Amino acid sequence: MGSNKIYFYPIWLRIWHGFNAIGIIVLIITGISMQASIESSLIAFNTAVNLHNVAGIIVSLSYLVFFFGNLFTKNGRYYLIKISGFLKRPVKQAYYYAWGMFHGMSAPYPLSEKRKFNPLQKYFYVIVMYMAVPLVIVSGIALFFPELIIEKVFAFSGISITAVVHSAMGFFISIFLVIHLYVASIGKSPAENFKSIISGWHHV
Amino acid sequence: MKLHSSDNSKTLKMNHRFIGVLLILWIGVWSLKAQSYENASQHQCLKCHSKNSYTYMNTVKGKEEHRLMNPYFVLDTVAMASGVHKQFDCTDCHSSEYASYPHNGNLKLEPMNSCLDCHGGDESFASYHFERVEEEFKKSVHYKAYGDNFSCSKCHSQHTYMATARNSSSVKDIVDYSNKMCLSCHSDMKKYQLVSGHENPQLVKVHDWLPNQELHFQHVRCIECHTEVTDSLMVSHNILAKEQALKNCVECHSADSKLKASLYKYQNLQKRSEDGGLLSVLSNESYIIGTHQSPLLQLASIIIFLAVVAGIVIHSMFRIFKK
Ligand code: HEC
Ligand code: HEC
Ligand code: HEC
Ligand code: HEC
Ligand code: HEC
Ligand code: HEC
Ligand code: HEC
Ligand code: HEM
Repeated sequence: MGSNKIYFYPIWLRIWHGFNAIGIIVLIITGISMQASIESSLIAFNTAVNLHNVAGIIVSLSYLVFFFGNLFTKNGRYYLIKISGFLKRPVKQAYYYAWGMFHGMSAPYPLSEKRKFNPLQKYFYVIVMYMAVPLVIVSGIALFFPELIIEKVFAFSGISITAVVHSAMGFFISIFLVIHLYVASIGKSPAENFKSIISGWHHV
Repeated sequence: MKLHSSDNSKTLKMNHRFIGVLLILWIGVWSLKAQSYENASQHQCLKCHSKNSYTYMNTVKGKEEHRLMNPYFVLDTVAMASGVHKQFDCTDCHSSEYASYPHNGNLKLEPMNSCLDCHGGDESFASYHFERVEEEFKKSVHYKAYGDNFSCSKCHSQHTYMATARNSSSVKDIVDYSNKMCLSCHSDMKKYQLVSGHENPQLVKVHDWLPNQELHFQHVRCIECHTEVTDSLMVSHNILAKEQALKNCVECHSADSKLKASLYKYQNLQKRSEDGGLLSVLSNESYIIGTHQSPLLQLASIIIFLAVVAGIVIHSMFRIFKK
């Protein structure tokens, strides 16, 4: 069992993940730079705008790979959330991270061919990939073509709401990324998971 | 006693005169009413000057003739009726001899009043600082190139001018009104050549370094980039040479945006851009990247970020020491 290897990350998924990771990092850096618009920042404002646009297009296109890949291959089933234990399962996993793993408890949801993500991880991935990223893409496209936006939504201006949604979701994804990177380092060894997302093979 | 009676008859005469003046005034007001811009077809000038064609009596042939009107002499009566000079009738500014047609050719030579002729030194318009405006205008590229031939009227029609920046609460309207003044010439070859005698540069090409050009021209005024902001004036009038125009995006796209000292300084707009609360951000018409940083949201995001980092640090400590 010790050196059992599972092919967790098919090639299309790794390609998506690579483009997505680089793209989102560029988006975060240029996004913060534009938002803060630090006068003498490393990136000139219009360079930041251009980079942000290009990276946004790359992330949007690669999102299509992710979306249809999971729609048409069996990788998609890892994202299905079970109704039973909807709350109990992630809480159990959180308990393991916060307490159990330091007290000799073994992982409550060990990974296998059937289960690539533990429940907490699954929830996070679903929220990020099926809510935050799509929202950021849609609002980003709207800001790219502002003439598409409805001028007034009740008393609020459409463009401002769009902008706030865009920034809020961007912020959420940034926070996700930090947690994602840290949690990915919890494995057999800290580098283990990172090797897997590049090679495709996961040691269970 | 005698003196007294003659005094009496004098006051009586005065009263008669007074009534006469009143009567003339009343008739004047009444006829002014008949002359109102709204009722163009009845107006002695607008019956011709608000239409694309006009009719006049050819006294030589002894019959009525129809002609096309010079489109530049067709006035916008709607805009006139809401302009600052709506109280005036045409002949307050133009010679009353215009009442007859064909107009007397010598009327072309008639000098017209400039803004300063009427407004200069008048206390009731002090808040507009006409003298300072003129001073600034005389430093502008336009005045330097063409002197008095470039009058205030090249931008401000005395017929229709409205102090939009001062009175409107919509950034879009202010921008639109202001930019139309510049574009009426800079994107109109005929009018431009009338002033300069050479062709106008293509504005779209000149500004092609600016992304989302159309969006920018709808949301910022030309003068935002082409003048230096003077705090004491509502509207800077010193149009600078193109080399000195603003090209640096961050001047606008930053927390202390230049726009706050110009476009957004008008009191009616200021209320909205001053407090950075979420609601005021959401109700703004424009969203300018970089400017609307709500302090509250910023603080919240920093706290969340630090909390996450702290959680990770503590967790990794446990992972290192507890294993
Ligand atoms: C019968 C039609 C008609 C009437 C009435 C009329 N105009 Fe005109 N006006 C014209 C036409 C046509 C022109 C173009 C030049 C020309 O044909 O003389 C003109 C030209 C002018 C000009 C421009 C002169 C120049 O060459 O720059 C002014 C100013 C003017 N009119 C003012 C008035 C005023 C003020 C009144 C009313 C008191 C008036 N007009 C009444 C037909 C009329
Ligand atoms: C407040 C003063 C004022 C009033 C009122 C006024 N005008 Fe004028 N008008 C001017 C001035 C000044 C010019 C010259 C503009 C220039 O130098 O470009 C002018 C120019 C014109 C011209 C020449 C075309 C143009 O627009 O340059 C016409 C025609 C004209 N006026 C007609 C009228 C008519 C008709 C009325 C009444 C409905 C009227 N004006 C009322 C000040 C006035
Ligand atoms: C023939 C004299 C005359 C000329 C020329 C003239 N104005 Fe006026 N203007 C007046 C008078 C009189 C008023 C006040 C009208 C009223 O109160 O209804 C006025 C009102 C105004 C107002 C509104 C002031 C207020 O507080 O409501 C502005 C702004 C203004 N003029 C700007 C200009 C500009 C700009 C020019 C030149 C393009 C100009 N005027 C040319 C006489 C003139
Ligand atoms: C190159 C075009 C241009 C010229 C020339 C020009 N102006 Fe202006 N002016 C503007 C613009 C644009 C505004 C802003 C429009 C608005 O009020 O919304 C303005 C606004 C004003 C205002 C209103 C400012 C306020 O406090 O509300 C006054 C008064 C004025 N101009 C007077 C003048 C006078 C007097 C001259 C001639 C000495 C002149 N302008 C020449 C473009 C011009
Ligand atoms: C009546 C026509 C007219 C109007 C209105 C007008 N301009 Fe101009 N402008 C000109 C002409 C003609 C030139 C060319 C001057 C020269 O030959 O140097 C010019 C030149 C310029 C330049 C370039 C100066 C350079 O260094 O080459 C700028 C910038 C400019 N205008 C801005 C504006 C703005 C902003 C407005 C509106 C507030 C405006 N103009 C309104 C006619 C106009
Ligand atoms: C975001 C800032 C910005 C705005 C808004 C803007 N300009 Fe400019 N404009 C510039 C700069 C910078 C240049 C100099 C470009 C160059 O030399 O490459 C310039 C150049 C010009 C020139 C000189 C053209 C030539 O080569 O002779 C004119 C005229 C001009 N602008 C008019 C306008 C008018 C009219 C508007 C409003 C519709 C406007 N600008 C809006 C920044 C701006
Ligand atoms: C004179 C001020 C000013 C300058 C200079 C300026 N901008 Fe803007 N920009 C604005 C405003 C105002 C808007 C907001 C438009 C709106 O309300 O949607 C805007 C919008 C934008 C947008 C569109 C945002 C969206 O909603 O899609 C981009 C991209 C942009 N600017 C980039 C730039 C770049 C790059 C530069 C420098 C080359 C620049 N701007 C210079 C004022 C400015
Ligand atoms: C440098 C940046 C990144 C690195 C190093 C990284 C690393 C990893 C690693 C090691 C895995 C496999 C282990 C695991 O499932 O936890 C993984 C999977 C995953 N990552 Fe990332 N990641 C990065 C950025 C991102 C971003 C920006 C997103 C989304 C916005 C993201 C979404 C995902 C998803 C959804 C999976 C699961 C894919 C699947 O197996 O179906 N990652 N990542």
